[in-house]
Amino acid sequence: MALSKPVRTVWDIPREEQFAPGHSMCQGCGAALVMRHLMKVAGKDAIVAMATGCVEVTTTLFPRTSWKNPWIHLAFENAGAVASGIEAALKALQRKGVVDSNRRIKVIAIAGDGGTFDIGLQSLSGMLERGHDVMYVVYDNEAYMNTGIQRSGATPLGAWTTTTPIGKRMRGEMRPKKDIIGIALAHRIPYIATANPAYPTDMIEKFRRALETRGPSLVHVFSPCTPGWRIKNEHTIEVSRLAVQTGMWVQLEIVNGKPRVTVKVPKRKHVRHYLKIQGRFRHLTEEEIEQIQRMVDQHVEEINRWVGEQAIGPVVE
Amino acid sequence: MAAVELKEKQEAKARQSRRIAAKGNHAAALAARDVDVDVAAIYPITPQVQIAEKIAELVANGELDAEVIHVESEHSAMSAVIAAAATGARVFTATSSQGLELMHEMLYIASGLRQPVVMALATRALSAPINIWNDYSDAMSMRDTGWIIIFSENVQEVYDNLIQAYYIAEHPDVLLPTVVTLDGYILSHTVEPLELIPRDEVLSYAVKRPRGYRPVLDPDKPMTFGPVGAPNWYYEIKIQQIMAMREAPRVIEEAAREFEKRFGRRYGFIEEYMMDDAEVAIVSLGATASLVKAAVNRLREEGVKAGMVKIRVYRPFPAEQIAKALENVAAVGVLDRAVAFGGPLEGPLFLDIASTLAVRGMVKPMASFIHGLGGRDIFVKEVVEMFKKLQELARSGRSETRTLFYGVKSRTKLN
Repeated sequence: MALSKPVRTVWDIPREEQFAPGHSMCQGCGAALVMRHLMKVAGKDAIVAMATGCVEVTTTLFPRTSWKNPWIHLAFENAGAVASGIEAALKALQRKGVVDSNRRIKVIAIAGDGGTFDIGLQSLSGMLERGHDVMYVVYDNEAYMNTGIQRSGATPLGAWTTTTPIGKRMRGEMRPKKDIIGIALAHRIPYIATANPAYPTDMIEKFRRALETRGPSLVHVFSPCTPGWRIKNEHTIEVSRLAVQTGMWVQLEIVNGKPRVTVKVPKRKHVRHYLKIQGRFRHLTEEEIEQIQRMVDQHVEEINRWVGEQAIGPVVE
Repeated sequence: MAAVELKEKQEAKARQSRRIAAKGNHAAALAARDVDVDVAAIYPITPQVQIAEKIAELVANGELDAEVIHVESEHSAMSAVIAAAATGARVFTATSSQGLELMHEMLYIASGLRQPVVMALATRALSAPINIWNDYSDAMSMRDTGWIIIFSENVQEVYDNLIQAYYIAEHPDVLLPTVVTLDGYILSHTVEPLELIPRDEVLSYAVKRPRGYRPVLDPDKPMTFGPVGAPNWYYEIKIQQIMAMREAPRVIEEAAREFEKRFGRRYGFIEEYMMDDAEVAIVSLGATASLVKAAVNRLREEGVKAGMVKIRVYRPFPAEQIAKALENVAAVGVLDRAVAFGGPLEGPLFLDIASTLAVRGMVKPMASFIHGLGGRDIFVKEVVEMFKKLQELARSGRSETRTLFYGVKSRTKLN
């Protein structure tokens, strides 16, 4: 069974590792941290269904594997459907007495932003709509990093990628990031959260609650990519924290449709701090940075209105 | 002696009582019920849709204790049943045409991961133009995907083949996905007599093996399925898949032998009709074979020594049996209801038959016939025409180097 008691301090984090070292993920990879902590919380009684992506190719190079749990990968676009199949099979086998019916085996689907926002959206939607007892984790590194930094539906406005290059006519990604939380919300699922490795206890507690949820849950995790974002290996946590402190990323938890900001930011930093640390935003002019600032201001206002309090404060330099 | 007779009489009566009238689609769903599937993924597509409906109905009535996943696409249907099979469940799904094409990517993954998925395929033409009627274009598109492919000629065969499919697919020496076809409309929507087998007898034949006989997703024995196979391993894994395909005929034969012993109906890799003294023969598949049989009957009345070979197990291809069946005929024709566009000849089954004979040094006049695409009716007289063509070829000793298209309105332009 997954971790049952709430995680308040680092001392509550299980010591047991279910995600083995020795994989080939990059130094400073955000997803590596996310997976390690996710699996600590999940414990032994969890089956992982993973979409094709960075984590899949770096942790399962045959004959090696980093997964101490039963783990399966079929393709890029179907983590939701694969998880649905596992969950349905467990249900049937438990009902028929083949698998111990008292044991709660949780199914976890893991996919990157491409496998969730874009190609995997249909299968995710099907899974959420049918109400499968599955926890869906999307690690969002904001582009197709596995194939070498191409834009996805999760790429933020202004970001450089190899398919949104900086030229005379194009200056990085032209559209804002897709609202995956809004999409999940529209499915009226019991648990939705956003998490960030810079706030590990918050992230782990959200994993725990998502695992405890009966029915579908979705945790959207911020996952910096050092080569893709053009950041130093040691800046992963710093950039993650800046994302929250600037309001670029809001730490949310939505239980049965009721939203709450779990990491409040009374004094917000200017987005400049978040953008300047990353090479993918190096080309932005002051004017463009201000445009992004205005977009974030508006988003923050919407969030505050939604949660019914001033969870994210004004920019104070 | 009297006791034996009485027993036989009783058995015949019991069998008679198990006869119902059923459409091919319903026969497929009833087979899924009788093997007690655990998980079925359903998604409607014409002409398979009644299978999905019947499965839902059987579950709703409590006749089948299965989890039904109302998937949002065939791609997800195949993904879900592969995953359910990997969790240790007995699984079933069904599709046709475009649905099979949407599954295509997953078909290779099912066989590559060695998951015993069983599927019914109501065969139908492929778009474009969109066409819901029967031909084998969809089935032919999956011939290289690593699936065992079994064709059915009538409704009874749909049911019997599906039950055998579970015996074969889940056998530890095979562990390959298996598809059973039923000709769209011709079998899927046609009511024929169907003799059911009591469920306990089906289950003692297609035994649900205990958990642990093959690796599954089990927290007590964690395993990684579907990892990255770099150049240093991929090839070896594919070789094992090829070995399983080569092992399959033994198990398919065993499944048929055991089936005959218990239920009295006999199935081979191929079916020969009037082949003992045949001079000309046509090879075909599925329900089309019935028509070829009718043509053979008509020709035999005229004194023509015609014969037919029906292929039941299309993959793995029963090359030995076919070569043996065709050994003594003077000319061979292959009737395809699909196209291998741009191939050396356009009939996909023809290419299989031609290479089967060629590598065995069996040089004889051959012809590739294509007919019935997109549900175009084939008539016995047209098949008779094909046989007449074969007689001509037998006399001249030459093969047709180009495919002959029958039943097409613009045929003259093609030849």
